[in-house]
Amino acid sequence: MADVALRKVVKRYDDVEAVRGIDLDIADHEFIVLVGPSGCGKSTTLRMIAGLEDISDGDIMIGGDVVNDVPPKDRDIAMVFQNYALYPHMTVAENMSFGLRLKHYPKAEIKARVTEAARLLDITDLIDRKPKQLSGGQRQRVAMGRAIVRNPKVFLFDEPLSNLDAKLRVQMRIEIKKVHQKVRTTTVYVTHDQVEAMTLADRVVVMNKGRIEQIGTPNELYHKPATHFVAGFIGSPAMNFIPCRLEDVGGALQLRLTDRIAFALPPARAARYSALPRTDKLLLGIRPEHLTESHAHLGPGVEPFDTVLDVTEPMGMETLVYFGLDGTPVCGRVDPNAGATDGAPMRLAMDLNNMHLLNEETGVVL
Amino acid sequence: MADVVVERGRVARATGARKGKSLRNALGRKSTVAFFLTLPLILLIALLVLYPAFYSLYLATLNKAMTKFVGLGNFTFLFKRETFWMVVQQSCIFAITAVIFKALIGFIVAHFVHNIPGKKQRKWRGMLLVPWVIPPAMSTLAWLWLFDPSYSAFNYTLSFFGVGPIPWLGDTFWARFSVILVNVWYGAPFFLIMYLAALKSVPDQLYEAAAIDGANWWQKIWHITLPMMRNIIAITTLFSLIVTFANFDIVRILTSGGPLDTTHLFATWAFQVGIQSSDIPLGACVSLFMVPILAVAAIFILRDVTKRGNEA
Repeated sequence: MADVALRKVVKRYDDVEAVRGIDLDIADHEFIVLVGPSGCGKSTTLRMIAGLEDISDGDIMIGGDVVNDVPPKDRDIAMVFQNYALYPHMTVAENMSFGLRLKHYPKAEIKARVTEAARLLDITDLIDRKPKQLSGGQRQRVAMGRAIVRNPKVFLFDEPLSNLDAKLRVQMRIEIKKVHQKVRTTTVYVTHDQVEAMTLADRVVVMNKGRIEQIGTPNELYHKPATHFVAGFIGSPAMNFIPCRLEDVGGALQLRLTDRIAFALPPARAARYSALPRTDKLLLGIRPEHLTESHAHLGPGVEPFDTVLDVTEPMGMETLVYFGLDGTPVCGRVDPNAGATDGAPMRLAMDLNNMHLLNEETGVVL
Repeated sequence: MADVVVERGRVARATGARKGKSLRNALGRKSTVAFFLTLPLILLIALLVLYPAFYSLYLATLNKAMTKFVGLGNFTFLFKRETFWMVVQQSCIFAITAVIFKALIGFIVAHFVHNIPGKKQRKWRGMLLVPWVIPPAMSTLAWLWLFDPSYSAFNYTLSFFGVGPIPWLGDTFWARFSVILVNVWYGAPFFLIMYLAALKSVPDQLYEAAAIDGANWWQKIWHITLPMMRNIIAITTLFSLIVTFANFDIVRILTSGGPLDTTHLFATWAFQVGIQSSDIPLGACVSLFMVPILAVAAIFILRDVTKRGNEA
């Protein structure tokens, strides 16, 4: 097992820069998830760590050694591919033991390792089958088994669950987490699914356009996003962004959303934002769960306002309500018993203690 | 009495209706439709393949003047002739050696072409396919000039190295070498194109997985490429074996079977015996010998293909 470090790593394809100088330190035993929209460079980064892509600039270190020019086979890594990449002409056992056989491990040890990995992944009964005779979930397990038996320094996962159906994906997600808890191998996991990223990772790396937007624990990313992109990418339904401006009214700082709606900021927030130039174009970032139905005993910093709902989506444990504020679509989350109906007026409350204020031009969370 | 007559009429009508219905059913069945749709092809095959095949079987049982039925007389006569056994031997040497080299060269060149990027690859593919698209009778004439003992390009070039002149078509060994060489030159592009298609169908991720598993290039070929291409290799080899075994034009043009019949194949010898020496029954008899040999090869190779087709 080992730590992994990326130093100003760049990947260029002709004139396109897919990865634009990223720095990343992954600790031993850590589970890191690279997440971002397609084309953000996350898979390229993973493939550079694997050695399947040359790096154009910078250094990659595994266990303290620079591996820029080390071929994949000598990096002591294992990778699980999106489409499993199982060898179709080999049985499950042969697939899993292929790497060990190439390295001429003793037969008894190969058998012991394969048996152990099969037991861990609950595929002991499938050991003599060919990949074609397996379901998607089983193939995924075999692919993981192939990685585990090698006992590598680093596991690399390249969108391993995207070929599975939703139910199986949840199941395998838990499975992967369990396996990591048992084997504790340093893991780099690539996905475009932010739920997967949040549930699996010790730390999440959010990437966009070849750059790292933010690195942090799932909770940090959710509650303290650093940029507009991260704020919008993490969380489902996504955070609302409402154009707004700051106003001084009688010595207090107030946030104006529309001509009709303006809220006095809670003292802590007012202190934080008071130095901002009043001319800046700002965005209020507020998650749907902080836009709920109003009631008689609202706490400090929770401000009521009236609106007319466009659409409601009853989800069972909650109802999502959609409405517009000066043309900006906004989503809120209300209690299913709050009486939200399509097209009806409703009194909602905004929890400004959990608001974010963003600079619209720079995208930075202030 | 009257009742009985009426009853009979009804029964008769009912059976008639049932017959009409079952005929309509039969015509409506998918298998019947399929049969009628393939009928033109079946007739064509019957006309062009089955009729000549059975006709040659019939011919092979006649005497030289084609006036008398001699049964298996022609076959027993052939077995006693040394030339016949030499032709069997030469056909096998020719077909097996040529196919092995065609397959090897095709495989190696396919790898090179596969690794050439995009546009250039099309150019190379086109150029390498040229030997296969030129009618072999014409290209073999060019080879005939190259092999000429006294003023050909080959011997001229070799003379600079102090080698030769080599009697390319005049000596048994070199004549056999030459006909095989030309056949390999002509047939290798077919293997190249088949293997190239097969190579393209192997997913890149398998090679990446193998690279991470620690395979070097040779192990990737042995453990990934070859097993993934097994069916294509088997089918191409079988097909080429049949075509090579039945080759006629190259040998006919280069050596006409000489020197001393040592480069004859079944087809060229059958032509010489049957047409040139006007013993058509004996010629038919010679050519019939190709059938069992090729049939055995086909059964072996195709059995393996279906077996693997089921498991894969």
